[in-house]
This record gives sequence, C-alpha cells and structure tokens, in this order.
Amino acid sequence: MDRELELYIHIPFCVKKCNYCDFLSFSSDQKTQEDYVNALLREICYYGPLMKDRVVSTIYIGGGTPSWLAYERMEEILSAIYQNFQIAPDAEVSMECNPGTVTKESLQSYFSAGINRLSIGLQSADNEELRLLGRIHTFEQFVKTYEMARNTGFNNLNVDLISGLPYQNTEKFMDTLHKVIHFQPEHISAYTLIIEKGTPFYDQYKFDAVRQEAGMKTEVLPTEDEAYRIYKMTQLTLKEAGYMQYEISNYAKAGHACRHNIGYWKRTDYLGLGLGASSLIDNVRYTNTTDLFTYINETQNIQMKELEYEDRDKNQKKVLGTGIHADGQLLDRKSQMEEFMFLGLRMNEGISREEFQEAFHTPIEVVYRNVIEELKQEELLEMHAGRIYLTEKGMDLSNYAMAKFLF
Amino acid sequence: MSIDQSKIRNFCIIAHIDHGKSTLADRIIEKTGTLTSREMQAQVLDNMDLERERGITIKSQAVRIIYTAKDGEEYIFNLIDTPGHVDFNYEVSRSLAACDGAILVVDAAQGVEAQTLANVYLAMDHNLDVMPVINKIDLPSARPDEVAQEIEDVIGIEAMDAPRISAKTGLNIDDVLEQIVAKIPAPVGDPKAPLKALIFDAIYDSYKGVIIFCRVMEGTVKVGTNIRMMATGAQDNVVEVGYFGAGQFIPCDELSAGMVGYIAASIKNVRDTRVGDTVTEVERPCEEALPGYKKVNPMVYCGLYPADSAKYPDLRDALEKLQVNDASLQFEPETSLALGFGFRCGFLGLLHLEIIQERLEREFNLDLVTTAPGVIYKVHKTNGDVIELTNPSNLPDPSEIEYMEEPYVSAEIMVTSDYVGAIMTLCQERRGIYKSMDYIEATRALIKYDMPLNEIIYDFFDALKSRSRGYASFDYEMKGYERSELVKLDILINKEMVDALSFIVFKESAYERGRKMCERLKEEIPRHLFEIPIQAAVGGKIIARETVKAMRKDVLAKCYGGDISRKKKLLEKQKEGKKRMRQVGNVEIPQEAFMSVLKLDED
Repeated sequence: MDRELELYIHIPFCVKKCNYCDFLSFSSDQKTQEDYVNALLREICYYGPLMKDRVVSTIYIGGGTPSWLAYERMEEILSAIYQNFQIAPDAEVSMECNPGTVTKESLQSYFSAGINRLSIGLQSADNEELRLLGRIHTFEQFVKTYEMARNTGFNNLNVDLISGLPYQNTEKFMDTLHKVIHFQPEHISAYTLIIEKGTPFYDQYKFDAVRQEAGMKTEVLPTEDEAYRIYKMTQLTLKEAGYMQYEISNYAKAGHACRHNIGYWKRTDYLGLGLGASSLIDNVRYTNTTDLFTYINETQNIQMKELEYEDRDKNQKKVLGTGIHADGQLLDRKSQMEEFMFLGLRMNEGISREEFQEAFHTPIEVVYRNVIEELKQEELLEMHAGRIYLTEKGMDLSNYAMAKFLF
Repeated sequence: MSIDQSKIRNFCIIAHIDHGKSTLADRIIEKTGTLTSREMQAQVLDNMDLERERGITIKSQAVRIIYTAKDGEEYIFNLIDTPGHVDFNYEVSRSLAACDGAILVVDAAQGVEAQTLANVYLAMDHNLDVMPVINKIDLPSARPDEVAQEIEDVIGIEAMDAPRISAKTGLNIDDVLEQIVAKIPAPVGDPKAPLKALIFDAIYDSYKGVIIFCRVMEGTVKVGTNIRMMATGAQDNVVEVGYFGAGQFIPCDELSAGMVGYIAASIKNVRDTRVGDTVTEVERPCEEALPGYKKVNPMVYCGLYPADSAKYPDLRDALEKLQVNDASLQFEPETSLALGFGFRCGFLGLLHLEIIQERLEREFNLDLVTTAPGVIYKVHKTNGDVIELTNPSNLPDPSEIEYMEEPYVSAEIMVTSDYVGAIMTLCQERRGIYKSMDYIEATRALIKYDMPLNEIIYDFFDALKSRSRGYASFDYEMKGYERSELVKLDILINKEMVDALSFIVFKESAYERGRKMCERLKEEIPRHLFEIPIQAAVGGKIIARETVKAMRKDVLAKCYGGDISRKKKLLEKQKEGKKRMRQVGNVEIPQEAFMSVLKLDED
C-alpha cells in the first residue's frame, strides 16, 4: 500500500501585515506574486515524481492570505498538484482566506479546483478589536464572506479566533464566540494571543505581557486569571454548542476535526512547499529558505545539497536536501520519542501505548516511567484503555507537562 | 650580559581609584617604545578580561621597559601596577615590597582622596620614595596648583615640581620619565651574595607549572640554580628565568640583585609557593628570610557551591589555583542541606568576592551558587567558649549564647561640603558611630565614623557614590569587635527552612530585612503547581510572609503549523530554565535567589 503524505503550500502574501502577526508574510506587487507562483509550480513539479509512491491524504494552503492571490493562479497551483501528485479521492483540501478578499467568482473557482474546506480568519466579531489587531475587514464583511462560501457549496468551514486581546474580558470574547456559533461552522480554532517579538504588538505590550505571565496586575492585556477564565469559558461554551475539543485550541463538530492538523500531531509525513515551509519526510525535518530571492533562484534548477546540523551531542552531521532548504535535521530516536509525546499529548485523546511500542519497539514505560508517574501524581496525566492523555488540569498546564518529556 | 644596577628603577604607581593610574602606565609603556601605538590596546597592564571590562586593576602586573633618558643613558624600568580598590590593600602592599619608589597619581580636579592617603601611608611603611604626579590637567575643572599645595599640606611631601600631566592625551609624560630617573632610587644589593628574592606574585600556567614573580634583593638566580622556598621548604631546579614584556614573558640568562622578573621551576604543587615567601639557593642559603607580608585575614565570608554537584572537585582545583596568586582567598569545605557540598570562602571584601566568583565562572567554566555574604561574628557562649562564626547555620541555640560581638571598622570618608549632610545620614542609617569631622580645606571634609563591617560589605560603596554624586571617597580599616544585639534570620520556603538563605542581622533591622527578603524571593521563585509560602523567621517566630501563587495556565497556544522545531524550542527553553534551579523539598529555587539578600537595597 502506498504511504500517506500530507501537503502544505505556503502563500506568503498579505494585503497588509496584522499587528500581532509574526508569520512569514508580507505585502507585495503583482510581479513578485507572479514570480513566486512560478517558483512554487517548479517546486511542485520537482517533488511530484520523488513522491510517486505516496498518496496525498490532505492538502493545506496557508499563509499569509492565499485568497489574496489571483484565483486563476490558485487554480494553476492546484492543477499542478493534481497532475504531479497522487491524491486520495477523499482528500481533505483546505485553504485559508480572509473576509473581504473573496468574491462569488473566486469561491466558485476554489470549489471547482478541488478545495473542500475553507478556513476563514475572523479573529474577533468586534469591529473595534479588529481595528486594534490591524485586520483589514469588519465583522459584516465576514458575514458576507461566510454566507457566500456556504452558498457556493462549502460544507466544511472553519473560523479562526484569537482570545486574550488587549482590553478584552471574558464577556467580550463570549460575545464573539456566540456570534460565531450562531453561524454553525463545522470547526472553530480559538487561539490565545501571544505577544511575539518583532511585531507592533510586542513594542506596544511587551511589558504588559511580562506582567501577565508573572500573574501580576496588567494595564490592557487581560490578567492571567482573566485569560484563564476566557479559556475555560471557551471550552464550556463550545462544548454546550456541540463542538468537541480535540486539541488545545481546536474544536469541531463530530467528524470535522481537521485531518491535516491531526497529521502534524501524529507525525504523519508532510511535504511543505513554498517560502519558509517545513517538512517531515522519513524523520528528517526540513525548512525551506525564508528568503524570497533565494527561493525564486534556487527553484530555477533545483540541486541536491548537503545540509549541516548539530545533533544533540553537538556533533556536526549532514543530511541530504536541496538548494531550497535553509536547514534539515535527521531526528534521532530520542527526538522522535520527544516529538511523539509532546505532539501527541496536544490532542485530547493523547497517545496510544501500542503506537509507541510499534514506532520504537519498546514499551513506553521503559523510557518514560518516571515522568508519567510524576505527572500522574500531579494529576496532570491519566492512563486509560491503552491511551495516555493529559487531564483537564494537564491541558491547562500543557507546556509544563510536555517539557518533561524532553530528554 | 650583566646589567648596571644604577640604571634600574623599580617602581609602582599608586592612586585613588579612577585617578588615572592604569592610563599613566599605558602612556609610559607607549612612550618608551615597548609597544607601538598600534599594538597598544587601551590599558595594556590590565590583561584579565574582567579588569578591562570593569576598568579596574585587580592583580598586580609587572612590565619591564627600556627608557633612553635625556642624559643619553639607557635605563631599565620595572613598572609594577597595583590595584586601587580598598578591598585590595593587601595586593598593593605586596607590590610595594618589590619596589624602590612609587609614583603617586593625584587627580587635578578631585585632589587628595581617602585612598590616596591610605596608599601613601602604605608606601611610606615600605620605605619607598614617593614621587607625586598631578594628572588630568586637561579637565576644565583642573586646579593643579591647589592640588599640589594640598599634597604638601595633607601628605607632607614635596609637590611643587610634580609633573602636571594628562595621561589621557599624553601631555608632559616626558617629565614623568625624567623624574623617575632622577627621583626614584636605584636598587642596592650584592649580586654575588647568597640568593634572596621576594615572591610578590605567582600564577599557575598549565605548561610551566607555578610561575613565581619575584624581586631579587641579593644574589643571582639563573637556569639550573637549585632554589628553596624558605617558608614552605619546597626545593626545585630553575628551568627558566625572565622578565615581563608587555603582556608576555621574555626569558633571559639571569636575574641579579635589583631586578624584577619571574622564575619557573616546574613547581606543580600550588601549595608550595606562597606569596611573600623568600626564595634562596639550596647550596648557599641566605641567613634569614625577608620580612614577607602581614598575613591578611578575610573579612567577608560566603558559601560557594557548584551548580552541578558533580563539579565539586573542579571547584576545589579552581580555588587552589586562584589561591596561588591570591593568598587572601581562603576556603574550607562545608555542606548545606539545600546546596550539597561546597566551600565556605573568605574574602577581603565584597568586590573581591565578586571578582573571584566571576573568575571561577569565566576562567574555569564553573557555574556557581553563592550564598549571602557575612562577616565573622564572635559568639560568647554561656559555658565560656567563644566561637568565631563564619556560617550562620552554625549559630548555637540562643539559650547557649551569653552575648555576641560583631566586627567594627574605622571608616574615613572624604567628601565635598555639599554632601556632608547626606553622607552623615547614610552613616547613621548604617549604625555608624560618629567620631570626628575635619575640614581639609574650605570645601572638603574628612569624616570619621566607626561602623559595623556588616553594614558596609553589601552596598555601602554604591550608596556612598550615589548620595554624594560621586564626590565622596572612602577607606576603612578593621577596628575590632563590639558587643551587639544580633539575631539569625531564617527563611522558610514552603514551610521548610533553607539553610543557605539564613543570615545574621542586627536585631532591630530583622523585621525590615525579613520583609524585603520575602518580597525579593517572591520575584525570584517561579510559580509551581501549588502555592508556596515564603516566610522569614527569627528564633522560630514568623516575622514576614509572602506567597508565590500557584500556576494554573501556561497554554498560550498558537497554530505553529508544521513548524514543530519552533514549538520544541519553546519547550526546551522551559526545560533549560529548570536546570539552573535547586530543588529544596518540592520547590525549585533559581540559583540567583541565593544572592538575593545582596539586592535588598536596590530599590
């Protein structure tokens, strides 16, 4: 049987960068977009034949704002993928889009090109908050986009939300949440705002972020206690509305969990194409260059190249990659185990003892008995019916719990 | 090749801190052509990284330079640099013993300072001829004539013809060089007499073993000479002698009476060499040893522990190596419930402590946990015994204590009249006992206080500088012990006493210190899954309390997409933080917390 592969396609363009965003994205002119898509097409053609013994189970087109690209170009990209890769008939094909950047026409085009899941970046239902975040749209524009998508025939929609915004309290976020639930999307992602270095939010709120983290009184960010209340209320509200939490920040109606995302947590092989995209292929993690010029150039004639990295014992090692890669690293057994644990435990169902045994040919207890016992003692982890998963308290303190699985 | 003794000048430069001693040394070296300007890094004598970073001189350093004087003769200058900070008086004393004269640098704007006096007295104790130089005359506030008068009035040495220079710009350095020839006496001593050389410093070199820095008083030493250290009795065969180039050792044939240089004799055991000891010949020993140095006693003690307990032997080796050229560093093993195996170390002062700590971390790559520094208390027990207490944990039960004494110093503070009030307030706050105040001139006063050493070891120097806007200078000497009301302040973290955090404190300051300590620890200790009470207690009675709230949520979540390595880095950072922690009971305490008592006066 052919092995499973997930595809990730990165479109780094945005109308304008949002104030909190530290993803690889930027605004660009028409010419740059053309050059980029051509480069991406070359990368797709290069990898297709190399992956001919694989079946692609999910495709995820993320950004930036993929819907900002002319839809004709998106059609080209998708058709190149379908021509070069073997795609499973029931593949989940997602694309991110932002309210205000789609039309009836473009939606129709995505739908016909094979996209069957749309992820709409709403972030907040409050126009004042949207302005603060530096979003280019209003809630009303979201409503329009959402309804157009439904009318086009998309029956698997996600809405992205961010909580913990400056000046936000539980009540305000619940208001956003209820407004979204009203539309009954199949999937809701509710992330907590992180004040990331290099963003305008960092310059503005870095001191407040430290206060928040230290559990002190804050100026405009919600206090830690308030952020916790928002998180808990989100869980409760969505549960009551029929959404199942299947991962720290992700909720879905039955049968609509994002398969592509779950693939990441289960360490399914994935190939990332485009600027700065990451891949996991046969236990090698690659990252593409984040330099647009290099990317465009190197895709002209893709060459094999040895990538140097330092292993956990600080030895210099090499792994084979291409000129597009910025780095690559062959994961040793320990790193694989670490990932298996800290990624798997992100999911509410946790990890399976049996799968650990299968992957590493050793019982999990041999490796992690002490950590498991410790976390059980602290009531952060439970073991039941062959599965090991974080408790509700453990989910609240997931970084603390997961860090323990690192060697 | 023999060197004419009359053409040698052995001297050092003494000064108050910041008066420009190292800069003048640089200029002298530069002017005499030992180094070209291009080779010249700023302050060539300060060759420890640490010294250059802090702009101070810690270890004495020596350099030999050749100067062609205006009389056409070539002279050999041996310049020995000395530290300026009050903590290092002992080092100054060592360097002075190797010299025949001293250049006294006085800042043309600031004039004579407390340390200037202290260093001049030290030089005079060693029978050195002191030659004043007035520096920084390029400053707008310079008043060289007044300062010259001040030197004559306050110190009582001839200063009217003192060179007025700017070491920074290089102005009038030639005058200094000519005066060195004219005013510093040439060494005396018979090169044919039995060898008698004073060890004034030593370093450990991993290839050559211990390298002795010495001043030959009598006789001659060369490769092959069998030498003996008179105090330790160790004997070795000399494999190399030489002198000090700028920042390097230059081998030569022999060192004879009057010369300054080094001896390497494959001495592997660092304990065989003691600074202040006399080197002589085995076959033809000199009759008696040189007087050596007054043994200095450490005044400040603290516990030093390796962060990684497996590094305990490494720490011991490192301390031994540092002790080779820093006899004032003392240490003995101790154990702590919280920190495991370590050493109780004695230092001359807080700066000395910090420098040793940094040298251990930098030069020996050790990660250290340091406990709160303290002084030596005398505990008079009811049964008549007297204990010298260096570790608060060893304080006997209060019922066994008749009374306690703490060390006092006589402090001399020189300050401009504008700040007399502020400085007196500071001294009062630090339990100072007013002794006297004399006006040296209309605008400057010399204030004398007796103060508990305990009150000045932490941050007195900084407080002094900030309250006088840098216009006060300070020097002190040990006075003796005074009876005092002292208590042991204990810190309990999650109801468990942490021995390494205990310290002795003046009874009336206990509440204030305890409260601040708890506040500080609250900031230092990360949140755990449970609430952690932090308490300060005196004799079992809780006098202050703070609480570290329990951690409830750390799920700040973001979709990292496929960028798993980023997620992993985040977790690794979290894990890394834990490594620098000490487990006490079920609480993890960061290493920095053990030093937090030091920072109590920061805000």
